[in-house]
Amino acid sequence: MKANLVQAINMALSQEMAKDKSIILLGEDIGINGGVFRVTEGLIQRFPNRVFDTPLAESGIVGTSIGLALNGFKPIAEIQFEGFLMPALDQLISHASRIRNRSRGSFIVPLVVRSPFGGGIHALEHHSDSPETYFIHAPGLKVVIPSRPYDAKGLLISAIRDPDPVIFFEPKKIYRAFKEEVPEKEYIIPLGKANTIKQGDDLTIITYGAWVRETLKAIEDSKYSIEVIDLRTLKPLDVKTIINSVSRTGKCIIVHEAPKTLGLASEIIAIINEKALLSLEAPVIRVTGYDSVVPLPKLEDYYMPNVERIKKAIDKVMNF
Amino acid sequence: MPKKIIQKFNIEYLSILDEKGKVDSRLMPKLNNDDIKKMFELMKLTRIFDEKALKLQREGRLGTYASSLGQEAAQIGSAYALEKEDFVFPSFREQGVFLLRGMPIDQYLAYWKGDERGMSYTKNINMFTVTIPVSTQIPHAVGFAWASKIKKESRVTAVYFGDGATSKGDFHEALNFAGVFDVPIIFICQNNQYAISVPFTKQTKAATIAQKAIAYGIYGIRVDGNDIFAMYKATKEALERAKKFKPTLIEAFTYRRADHTTSDDAKHYRIEKELKQWEKKDPIDRLRKYMTIKKIWTKEYEQELDKKFNELMDEEIKKMESIEMPKKEDIVKYVYAELTDNLKEQQDELK
Repeated sequence: MKANLVQAINMALSQEMAKDKSIILLGEDIGINGGVFRVTEGLIQRFPNRVFDTPLAESGIVGTSIGLALNGFKPIAEIQFEGFLMPALDQLISHASRIRNRSRGSFIVPLVVRSPFGGGIHALEHHSDSPETYFIHAPGLKVVIPSRPYDAKGLLISAIRDPDPVIFFEPKKIYRAFKEEVPEKEYIIPLGKANTIKQGDDLTIITYGAWVRETLKAIEDSKYSIEVIDLRTLKPLDVKTIINSVSRTGKCIIVHEAPKTLGLASEIIAIINEKALLSLEAPVIRVTGYDSVVPLPKLEDYYMPNVERIKKAIDKVMNF
Repeated sequence: MPKKIIQKFNIEYLSILDEKGKVDSRLMPKLNNDDIKKMFELMKLTRIFDEKALKLQREGRLGTYASSLGQEAAQIGSAYALEKEDFVFPSFREQGVFLLRGMPIDQYLAYWKGDERGMSYTKNINMFTVTIPVSTQIPHAVGFAWASKIKKESRVTAVYFGDGATSKGDFHEALNFAGVFDVPIIFICQNNQYAISVPFTKQTKAATIAQKAIAYGIYGIRVDGNDIFAMYKATKEALERAKKFKPTLIEAFTYRRADHTTSDDAKHYRIEKELKQWEKKDPIDRLRKYMTIKKIWTKEYEQELDKKFNELMDEEIKKMESIEMPKKEDIVKYVYAELTDNLKEQQDELK
């Protein structure tokens, strides 16, 4: 069927819940209201005893999810907006990510935390952030960000079946931006595998989430042969795909919305430095959010790595 | 329209065994002499364990360690009421609970020496690992109990924490969830009156911790934490209540006679007189007096216990110290179920 990102995620949740009785959903307003973005719409009707509207407490949601996971469940917790994840950071970083290690594998936390993520919808403060770095930095967590409905379904199913805690960020800018064919039948996209969505020889652009689409727009009429890599999983990172591409093209741009300093681009540049430095023909360029708070709607578009900024970066790196 | 009272609350205090060893027979729980001796022996073992562990730490043979001196009844009395299949979340001072439930002593010591492998044994005794950040294990326990309810298991979850924990959000969020979802849980707060150096009176303006249960619609009770019979009875009742999906908060009013851990000196923040007063309320001493009256205690019996437990500990310490070093590669082995590419590289570097 043709589905947008919201529908694809809903399909993945619904199909996995039908298959695996240990899956339960918990979060704020995810029941009768179907979530503030309607991602869980219809699930409480279909699985009445497995979808829980919780009290308004993010740390409590993730903390109790850990306990549910320790006692045989596969909780999928929704945190309403990425900006409200902060109270749950303690439970995620102090516990969910460490329990396997602390107990030498005798306890595990197969938990998925879903959260709408990123800007581009002209929302309030704390509704447009890109906090992926905090989670990427924590040993024991996995981080996934889909860029399209087809991938969202396959990646979420993999995240649900993964035995370790996975943070699944859903770029709200593209929640309903476009539809594509999302098969009803079951399929998975393995975590840790990037997708080379366009092949090219002159330059590699690495990005993820909402910026994949913008990057494709930016290169539509480009005179250069540009390779575009959609990371899909930010942790573990698909280093092979990155290095194979950059070794061949010798040039690289990394695009993300998160602030520049210690954004994922910094780590990718360090890896290129370790594994492909001598292939480089120009410095790697970052097109990212600024090292500032995401502005409120009036200035928000200037913060984002838009098509123009990507085009400018292409000119810069190609004319180095 | 005049103001009127729309809700009224009371907080009960339970004490059964007094400092002279006399019990209130109307409140005394059903326990046979074997049970009582077993409780006494477990408190003795816990105390000897703490003494040995502190000594090892001072000799540089153990890492930072938190003694439970003075809190033996709060731990043994409550844990004795639990059943084997019940699941327990400790904080970091629950030696008594670990020993009662059969934790391998050498492995428990190994953990405090700095060996993660020690914590791989807790699952076998239906316990979770030690949790270091205060209060953070309480929501885990609620989630665990909630899972039992959904699965229709009959087991109950118990979680231990201290007075300091009740200031943190996790405590409040956990009690709130427990109330909202009616989970089979017992919250056991050992109010030992100090969170490192901060006394209970500065931790909260509330007169008791037990009353905090009221705000979450669950039952709360303050118990004489140095009275093993009161702790046992309160926990047994909480267990029955939990089986009906009604959570309980037990405040075990006790006193931490030890330093917070081996890393501080309590003389800096509390007066000697206070400590001396609480020495008089020693939980082991109290039970000994009771057992003497009941004629189930003799000097020889206790001397025999001392000898037995000291020898046991020496043997376990020897075993602990002969555990082979963990492999360096283990540093990265347990981050995920499978090694990721970057961890594979780092493991090779470690080899």
